[in-house]
Amino acid sequence: MSATLDTSAVPLGTRNTVVSNKRRNSPWIYVFLTAVAVLWLIPLVWTLYTSLRPNAATTKLGYFSVGGGLTFSNFGTAWNSGFGTYLINSAIITVPAVVITLFLASCVAFAVSRFAWRFNVVVLILFTAGNLLPPQILATPIYQLFKNIPLPLSVSDSGSLLNTYYGVIIMNVAFQIGFCTFVLSNYMKALPDELGEAARVDGASVWRQYRSIILPLCRPALGALATLEVIWIYNDFFWALLLVQSGDRLPVTTAINNLKGEFVNNYNLIAAGAMITVIPTLIIYFVLQRQFVAGLTLGASKG
Amino acid sequence: MTVHQADTETKDPPQRQQRSLRRRLKTLSTTDKVVLGLMVGIPTLIEACLIWLPSLASIGLSFGRWDGIGSPTNIKGAGVANYTYIFTNYPAFWPAVLHNLIWLIFLAVIATPLGVLLAVLLDRKIRFSRIYQSIFFLPVMLSLALIGIIWQLIYSGDNGLIDSLLGIAGKPQSIDFFGDKSINLWAALIAQTWRHAGYVMILYLAGLKGVDASLKEAAALDGATAWQTFTRIVFPVMKPINTVVIVITIIEALRAFDLVYIINAGTNGLELLSSLVVQNLQGEGQDLGVGSAIATVLLVVSLVPIVIYLSRTFRKDRVE
Repeated sequence: MSATLDTSAVPLGTRNTVVSNKRRNSPWIYVFLTAVAVLWLIPLVWTLYTSLRPNAATTKLGYFSVGGGLTFSNFGTAWNSGFGTYLINSAIITVPAVVITLFLASCVAFAVSRFAWRFNVVVLILFTAGNLLPPQILATPIYQLFKNIPLPLSVSDSGSLLNTYYGVIIMNVAFQIGFCTFVLSNYMKALPDELGEAARVDGASVWRQYRSIILPLCRPALGALATLEVIWIYNDFFWALLLVQSGDRLPVTTAINNLKGEFVNNYNLIAAGAMITVIPTLIIYFVLQRQFVAGLTLGASKG
Repeated sequence: MTVHQADTETKDPPQRQQRSLRRRLKTLSTTDKVVLGLMVGIPTLIEACLIWLPSLASIGLSFGRWDGIGSPTNIKGAGVANYTYIFTNYPAFWPAVLHNLIWLIFLAVIATPLGVLLAVLLDRKIRFSRIYQSIFFLPVMLSLALIGIIWQLIYSGDNGLIDSLLGIAGKPQSIDFFGDKSINLWAALIAQTWRHAGYVMILYLAGLKGVDASLKEAAALDGATAWQTFTRIVFPVMKPINTVVIVITIIEALRAFDLVYIINAGTNGLELLSSLVVQNLQGEGQDLGVGSAIATVLLVVSLVPIVIYLSRTFRKDRVE
């Protein structure tokens, strides 16, 4: 499992001897891969290019053209028309949701992987299955439930869980706990049993075993999962769509649903809004890509 | 789900390690048992109240009639009327089923094999392999909602890249790929492939790195072609990853929603079961009974691959 944390760690010497016995790779492989790579990059490059061009230039010359200069003004316009707020909303939802998800998932994973319960497997199955369901199945009951749970107006100005960050956070948590529990329980099962034994002899409580022994050892898995979950929850479109009505509370991924209506046919502004939405993703892509990939493959390596 | 239930367990676990674990559970102090109970109990409660009970509630609502306004006491029994209606009279239902099916077949026949192919090629000793990987992987990190917006810039009839290249952008003969009912499903599937292939590639590549290199080497020495090495040696060894990839492909096809919703809220050629549920939830088309019947159909269909996959995965745990 940990082998997937660094996928490039193949001893170079052995690789070379293997290759010398193999036929050399045909140039067509490079032609094919490069062609696909170019196709793969076009949508984002086109979006970036469009976002950097003044509307006056594209109106005059058409979008598929050069000239008219490049500008950041579209970004400024998009930012001021709400994208700044949307990004903050995304942070308000994503950060607590990821922290709570990892905390709760690590608790369950600890209990089911380090202790023998009769319902260990049942719990794991229910959690994992919950993560795989299409969320729309729950939409109607959840909407009605949240509408009918009264909250004091000091907590929620709608008087219910609708139109609050809490509602979106808790649904993201409920949906993501399953996957994280699955990954973490596999990770913890692989830790030697003697660790717990030694702690028990020392009289450490269950909480201390969890907090001081198991959790620190899970740091690589937690780091990978945190990266993955930040992206997944940041990318969540549906729960805010269902539960949040006021535009100024939408997270950015859901808010882009209004892009087309807001910037009617001004494709430069639509592209700029899209690029603003991509920025946090790109930061993680460049800085933490390895963590993200590790998180994905941790889940898959136990088939 | 209490600690005591574990205490009364009498069946002998097959392995020494498990027995020692169980013994330890018996010797826990009351505080420890309470702590453990909370550690499992709170997340289980969240999962039960927000995932599983609502799923059951969807099934319950599907047998009732309710406009969703006013209290749930207004729900009237409807028998199977909602199901009769969606199966025989609801115009969008069968197209949605067909679209979900096409979605699945397209992913299974085009997008997933493309991802596997990319992984297999990149697993050979390719120069710049990491750069290629990073490029193919980039869309995996984007939301499908955003992917819908980005491809709108490619597909639009007024200003899209494709129509601009063809020189017909904004002209009467321009093609609006997302707007044209006869092609928008395929246009959406290409956008979905952009993301799905990279996803499959990264999972498959991780699996391929785990395949013993000497297996491939031995096959190459015996004069096996690349195709033979893959189909006879690598593919069978990759069974666990193959299962995961198949499950992901099916689940993605059933969960497809964001992309069609951002394009046109799942109408005009892009109806999917998931989007019909949402259309019946609010606004003019509001009919919670009908929406819940569609949700129940989606639930039953989704549970088939989920149950098969999980029973395979966790059977090994029980045996261990």
